[in-house]
Amino acid sequence: MTTIADDLARLEEIVRRLEADDVELDTALTLFEEGVARLRAARERLASADLKVQTVLEEADGELRMQDLDA
Amino acid sequence: MALSFQTDLISPTDDVWSVSQLTNAAKRLVEGEFMPMWVRGEVVECRVWKSGHWYFKLRDAASQVSCCMWKRDAERAGKPPADGTEVFVLGRPGMYEVKGEFQFNVSKLIPTAAMGRAQRELERVKALLHREGLFDPARKRTLPELAATLAVVTSTAGAALRDIINVARRRWPGVRLLVIDARVQGEGAVDALVQALRLVNRLPEVDLCIVGRGGGGREDLVAFNAEAVCRALAAVRVPTISAVGHETDISLTDLVADVRAPTPSAAAELALADQREVRRSLDDLAARLAGGLAGRTRLGLERVDRAGDRLQGAMSAVLERRRHLLARVAAQLDALSPLRVLDRGYAVPTGPDGHVLKRRSEFVAGAPFSLRVADGSVAARVEPR
Repeated sequence: MTTIADDLARLEEIVRRLEADDVELDTALTLFEEGVARLRAARERLASADLKVQTVLEEADGELRMQDLDA
Repeated sequence: MALSFQTDLISPTDDVWSVSQLTNAAKRLVEGEFMPMWVRGEVVECRVWKSGHWYFKLRDAASQVSCCMWKRDAERAGKPPADGTEVFVLGRPGMYEVKGEFQFNVSKLIPTAAMGRAQRELERVKALLHREGLFDPARKRTLPELAATLAVVTSTAGAALRDIINVARRRWPGVRLLVIDARVQGEGAVDALVQALRLVNRLPEVDLCIVGRGGGGREDLVAFNAEAVCRALAAVRVPTISAVGHETDISLTDLVADVRAPTPSAAAELALADQREVRRSLDDLAARLAGGLAGRTRLGLERVDRAGDRLQGAMSAVLERRRHLLARVAAQLDALSPLRVLDRGYAVPTGPDGHVLKRRSEFVAGAPFSLRVADGSVAARVEPR
């Protein structure tokens, strides 16, 4: 699963490459398109973010169980 | 009612005070004057009332003061101190209006001997962990820039969790908080904290761990100075933040953790990115992305232009060279042209067949020939002998 951190890291890389002089024009276009998609994904992720608070419980058999906590 | 002492009052007037007014004024004066303070003294005559409240006197060589400790606070202090016990008490001066008595309202009581023991244990653990390098700055890991999942080891009933949730909601609502409930003070707190910290290592996808509690008295924070808790914290596999008590208290977990936060709220601030900043950097990246492509395109065009310029330059250089060459060749051709010679006044005789007559023998007496001059031919004849 990608996260906003992944999106931001990839965007940084894309922008750095685009800003360098040695990238071919068609590579630049491909990078640009990916960058736009990443931007959109990151913004959507931010907008839809919903705080999740769970308590971690250890069952008798040692299994861990997450239970939503009313925040 | 103004508190004034007039010396010229000879007889009671309308200004006469009631006893309640007097004690109330004194109470306000006393209670308004002092902040909570620690006092050291010797306990005598400690009485536990049916209500559960404690009453005792605290004294030193010269003075004594009546003390009162409410049931809730007294229960936390353990057993009533025996006469002569040396203690530290935390409290505020007040007035017991019913009796018009000055008294000290105590909220915490710690025998100095216990304090000494706790202090000695703290020093021992601190020295030990220091020798083992658990406080070493080189051990400190940096916090992830964008934590998506936080483990929070604290009491689910405490203020610390509420504070962390509030900060998270404001700062980075996309975060997932995995709370591991643990007693943070009193009996069993050390074991509970150790178990909770071990559990953190079994959680998948945790980016960092906050361990802490809200503010409390020094003795409420002792679990965070425990050797076992410090070791369990050092063994947590993700970066850790210790947030114990008020800003002024430092516990050993603060020294072991990768980062120390003064309060649980501050820990959440340190742990979580600010969504506003991330939005700003996304805007910035968007601008750079567009600028990058535009720049790249412009660069492409400039390259083509530059190539064109170079091409043209190269071409014209060739042409220029050719032009020079042609001019020179033309000049040479020109110089070789007989017509230029004729220009200078020479003439070329040719026979009727167009053959150039170069020698005397070629001229036959009486024979016609032609003279080519600069602008044409002239008919001529050799003189007869």
